[in-house]
Amino acid sequence: MPRPPFPPAPRRATFRGMADSIEITINGETRFIQRDATIADLLGTLSLDTRKVAVERNLEIVPRSAYAATPLAAGDTLEIVHFIGGG
Amino acid sequence: MDLDFSDSELHRYSRHILLQEVGAVGQARLRAARVLVVGAGGLGSPLALYLAAAGIGTIGLVDDDRLELSNLQRQVAHDTPRIGRNKAESAAETIRRLNPGVAVEVHALRLDAESARALIPRYDIVCDGTDNFATRFLLGDACHLLGRTLVSAAVLRFEGQLTVYKSHLGGEHPCQRCLHPEPPPPGLVPSCSEAGVLGAVTGVMGTLQSTEVLKEILGIGEGLAGRLLLWDALDMRFRTVRLRRDPACPLCGPAPAIRDLSCHAAAPAPVCAPASAPASATSGA
Repeated sequence: MPRPPFPPAPRRATFRGMADSIEITINGETRFIQRDATIADLLGTLSLDTRKVAVERNLEIVPRSAYAATPLAAGDTLEIVHFIGGG
Repeated sequence: MDLDFSDSELHRYSRHILLQEVGAVGQARLRAARVLVVGAGGLGSPLALYLAAAGIGTIGLVDDDRLELSNLQRQVAHDTPRIGRNKAESAAETIRRLNPGVAVEVHALRLDAESARALIPRYDIVCDGTDNFATRFLLGDACHLLGRTLVSAAVLRFEGQLTVYKSHLGGEHPCQRCLHPEPPPPGLVPSCSEAGVLGAVTGVMGTLQSTEVLKEILGIGEGLAGRLLLWDALDMRFRTVRLRRDPACPLCGPAPAIRDLSCHAAAPAPVCAPASAPASATSGA
């Protein structure tokens, strides 16, 4: 009998109470974050320095100027895009 | 447009001319085009070689670096006997051997605000294959302000990114600062000489970059303006994401803080970072 495929069981709520949290996907991993959290909140939670990444939400780059005003929605898929400059 | 081709040209470019989207008219467009390649390193090598092979009429090469042994793991426009030579000159020599029909203009200098102002208007399209953020932001700002399309690629470790900036055309076209408003502070993002890069990754990205340049000149297909191509070689996964104009962009927004290249004025590598941190001028990527 083959083992069940990915993904592993989702992480349980990072924040208090499931009712207050929504499920999103970051870099392919399921996470629960507080309802009404913005992208700025999320990056803070992840301890990510906004000066070295860009954030892609549902296949669209979110301008850095909009992080604090962009609330996340249930089901959002995010990718952290590295700021690279090698040639 | 001059559609007169020699027998040798017809033979050399026959596989292009066969393509309905290129044809003789497209090939004549490539021959009439002037392309500036900034950085003759990991990206610039395959980029310049494919542009030359494709019959771009004039290629300008900008690089002030000298070839080092550690460059040869990926910078395929050069070879071992040329260690110590200027990279723009070395790449020009390879190009002339590959295609004597291409006029190569060597600019053995480190791009600064003054040389950017002098050089960029002389070319139709500009390619960023540089290895440091100071020059990348100078190029991004200069191309926007001087009205040139910028085809920009970047690599690090196993990753590559590619996009086309045409913010000078206005409308919905984003600029480089819509993606990253300012360069990262020194030390926050490593260079290829610090973090490494798989040589073949630069080959793929430089070749994709040349493809976009050719498409822009030929006016065929769907360009990458307003989209960002992301490639992770370890996952072997390509993704293309939407990149929109940032309404708060300091360069192409409605109230731009950057209106000229004065913030890049002091050579060799200042940056328009509000943090006023000294810029890193890493080389060797």
